[in-house]
Amino acid sequence: MNVEVTINGERHSHNVEPRLLLVHYLRDVVGLTGTHIGCETSLCGACTVMLNGQAVKSCTLLAVQANGAEITTIEGLAENGELHPVQEGFWECHGLQCGFCTPGMIIAAHQLLQRNSRPTEAQIRRGIEGNLCRCTGYQHIVDAVQYAARKMRS
Amino acid sequence: MPVSKSVGARIKRREDPRLIQGLAQYVDDIQLPGTLHVAVHRSPYGHAHIRSIDTAAAANHPGVVAVVTGDDLKDNIGTVPCATTDPEAFPGIQVPEHPVLAHGKVRFVGEPVAAVVADSPYTATDAAELIEVDYDPLDAVNSAEAALKDDAPLLHEQFGSNQAFTWAIAGGDIDDAFTQADRVVKQRFDHQRLVPNPLETRGVVARFQPGDGKLTVWSSTQIPHLLKTQLSLILNRPEQLVQVIAPEVGGGFGCKLNVYAEEALVGYLAIQLKKPVKWIEGRRENFLHTIHGRDQIGDVEVPVKNDGTILGLKYSVQADVGAYYQLLTPAIPTLTGLMLCGCYRFQNVSMELTAAFTNKMSTDAYRGAGRPEATYLVERMLDCVAFDLDMDPLEVRRKNFIGKDEFPFTTGTAVAYDSGDYDLALNKALKKIDYEGFRKEQEESRGQGRYLGIGFSTYVEICGMGPSAAMPAGGWESGTVRVDPTGTVTVLTGVSPHGQGQETTFAQLIADGLGVDIDDVRIIHGDTEAVQYGIGTFGSRATAVGGTAMVMAMEKIKDKAIDIAAHLLESNPQDIVLEDGKYGVKGSPDQGVTLMDISMAAHGGVNLPPDTEPGMAATHFFEPSNFTYPFGTHIAIVEVDGDTGEVDILRYIAVDDCGKIINPMIVEGQIHGGIVQGLGQALYEEAIYDESGQMLTGSFMDYALPKAHNLPRFELDNTVTPSPVNPMGVKGVGEAGTIGSTPSIVNAVVDALKPFGVRHIDMPLRPEKLWKLMQG
Repeated sequence: MNVEVTINGERHSHNVEPRLLLVHYLRDVVGLTGTHIGCETSLCGACTVMLNGQAVKSCTLLAVQANGAEITTIEGLAENGELHPVQEGFWECHGLQCGFCTPGMIIAAHQLLQRNSRPTEAQIRRGIEGNLCRCTGYQHIVDAVQYAARKMRS
Repeated sequence: MPVSKSVGARIKRREDPRLIQGLAQYVDDIQLPGTLHVAVHRSPYGHAHIRSIDTAAAANHPGVVAVVTGDDLKDNIGTVPCATTDPEAFPGIQVPEHPVLAHGKVRFVGEPVAAVVADSPYTATDAAELIEVDYDPLDAVNSAEAALKDDAPLLHEQFGSNQAFTWAIAGGDIDDAFTQADRVVKQRFDHQRLVPNPLETRGVVARFQPGDGKLTVWSSTQIPHLLKTQLSLILNRPEQLVQVIAPEVGGGFGCKLNVYAEEALVGYLAIQLKKPVKWIEGRRENFLHTIHGRDQIGDVEVPVKNDGTILGLKYSVQADVGAYYQLLTPAIPTLTGLMLCGCYRFQNVSMELTAAFTNKMSTDAYRGAGRPEATYLVERMLDCVAFDLDMDPLEVRRKNFIGKDEFPFTTGTAVAYDSGDYDLALNKALKKIDYEGFRKEQEESRGQGRYLGIGFSTYVEICGMGPSAAMPAGGWESGTVRVDPTGTVTVLTGVSPHGQGQETTFAQLIADGLGVDIDDVRIIHGDTEAVQYGIGTFGSRATAVGGTAMVMAMEKIKDKAIDIAAHLLESNPQDIVLEDGKYGVKGSPDQGVTLMDISMAAHGGVNLPPDTEPGMAATHFFEPSNFTYPFGTHIAIVEVDGDTGEVDILRYIAVDDCGKIINPMIVEGQIHGGIVQGLGQALYEEAIYDESGQMLTGSFMDYALPKAHNLPRFELDNTVTPSPVNPMGVKGVGEAGTIGSTPSIVNAVVDALKPFGVRHIDMPLRPEKLWKLMQG
């Protein structure tokens, strides 16, 4: 089946198996390997991408379901060589260690801040509960999101 | 340019730009042209004979290139190795053959039985389902206790029993301690089985170059060098023709400190098929066939005086090690034995261990690896002593602490603690709370049906592993420091960081040591062809051992730089000082030369002092004289919901001492993450197999990992007691949080439920368990 999508502002068109998962399409067909696969069951959030402005777990969507969609992956978050404030926050606040959950975590945090520009710590913790991190204990991730919130407001 | 001192500063990590932009390269991101993909058929039974395997349908499936079974492999490649099977260390040890693919019999769910190679991962998975295996199911055993019964079904019939090995350690005179005691405090502890669960599962890519016979293996591993040696042996390939690369590794926590069947399998297939071959582990496979941690059940007896003086500790324990040994399986519970005295003075100690084969995945090193078990039982026992004697848990701890003037202190288990001040860490942690006020509030709130509890863990752990004499595969580490002609510095380290941040902390050490900008330093690791042989990252050793090796290599370079600077400045080496990035003569630093000037001279080979080798590189192999012993105090304050049994952590305070600190931000991150893994054991995590050997907790749906909203904001502080074991005075911090946190949480919950007569609860402290206790 044909799938046409815009990823990080660039149009892509491919013929794919109907069963191909969106995450495999992004990684193996388009070659954007920044989106990771941690569990294949929508529980860890490593595969989170923006699809038409919504953070979704790309391991449980078919590529063909994304037909016509606008997708943003971690590779498309920085603009004109400038890190996105959430990326900057993760760097400034040591919000990552092994980095494997990070792309999905950053996308989830980005969505959270789109919806709420002044989240409380509790709201941040609730907002990222769909994303697992095994390294950081989440505290520096919370700090990173708070950093980004401040930066985006100013 | 002026160079500011970076050691001790919160330097942002230099590995982060690639990680936060999705530009890092993990194993699954390696996409070589023409790659074939592997899917593994795994045993669905905990225990069964394999009557026959029919691979025809799989082999005929379009896109399938090859199908292999255990019978195809068993005469062609070696077995999965274990490095710790010395019968002198482990009396009566039975060492079963651990095949890459099972033949004849399967012994746990998830054991690899056959593999399909195909042109895509989807095709390989489809075809793996077409493999028909005729299994003859057998009765299984899912615990050490069941395995050691006389009539238990046998995993390895040739041994006549499921007993894997025994191990014992003793110091002082435990029998005499019992006769001296006013009473004996007893408790049985279950250290449940855990699944390490790094967010990146394992994965392997292998490429064979038929022209020169070289095999390159990319693996998500903590030990690329040891893996290279083992693959050369298993695959019977000359080691100089084997290259292992640990690319970006998405977490390890010990489970990638191993050599796995799939690493050998994928290497073998690449050689046979002469094409790149890739296998990426699924999460379900990771639950089933990546090593597990813990799984000890044992009885502790502590002889005490009525004033709370602890006279000794006796631990009789069974360890469930699973169906086979992985790389270090037998060694893990021995680390429990070494740390049985905690930070207490008693010298009479005994541990007797019996390990059993069961129809489960192997246990091995999971963050803490044997030490969390020791700390948990010691710190729980301290609270049981306090409970039985109606004393304050702090009073019992203080009464038995090793004093700060007693270091180095040799414990009853004959390990020599390097340095410490346990009382100082405890007092610093206590300053953050109002202990008496809390006890009042606790008393009052109990009257209102609210259950608050406080738990202490005053831990010490053993890390910085370690002297080679105490290690199965070398305890040293290597470092090479090369100054490039333009004065930039390239470091090759034998450790293999995978989140710990040594690309930053090692660069900080070099920047300060050689007087260069941190951005002019690059740390290379994980590629056996680029880096001299090393051991790897585990046991909180990378900085204490690997960092020291690098610093000692750097010192050689610095000496040489000073000699050359003196020559260039027509001065004496003893008059040369390094200030603001310039090597100059004392008193006139402006006239100094930079490392670039020096390195240009060294590489030019002409303008050098007499008898000086050209070039600017040095290597050092560092052998530590001892382990290091970080310590600290963790305090948890919890509330248990009387209606639901849910535990809410109200405050968590951790004062840790990991010796000298290179980058406080990275140390905090290690402690946060460590605390949460230990807390996960205390409250949520448990790998459960049923009686037939089925794993009931094989997904993130069934195995609860801590999430952000479960956790409080941790309040950290530290004390700094330098280690005398290495010149930097560092101890290690990778595992301390995990080791320290578990007992503090359990102690707090038990304290909260004291009004219900609760003295001990086995982990994990899930709501339904607590709710039932509160219902009486």
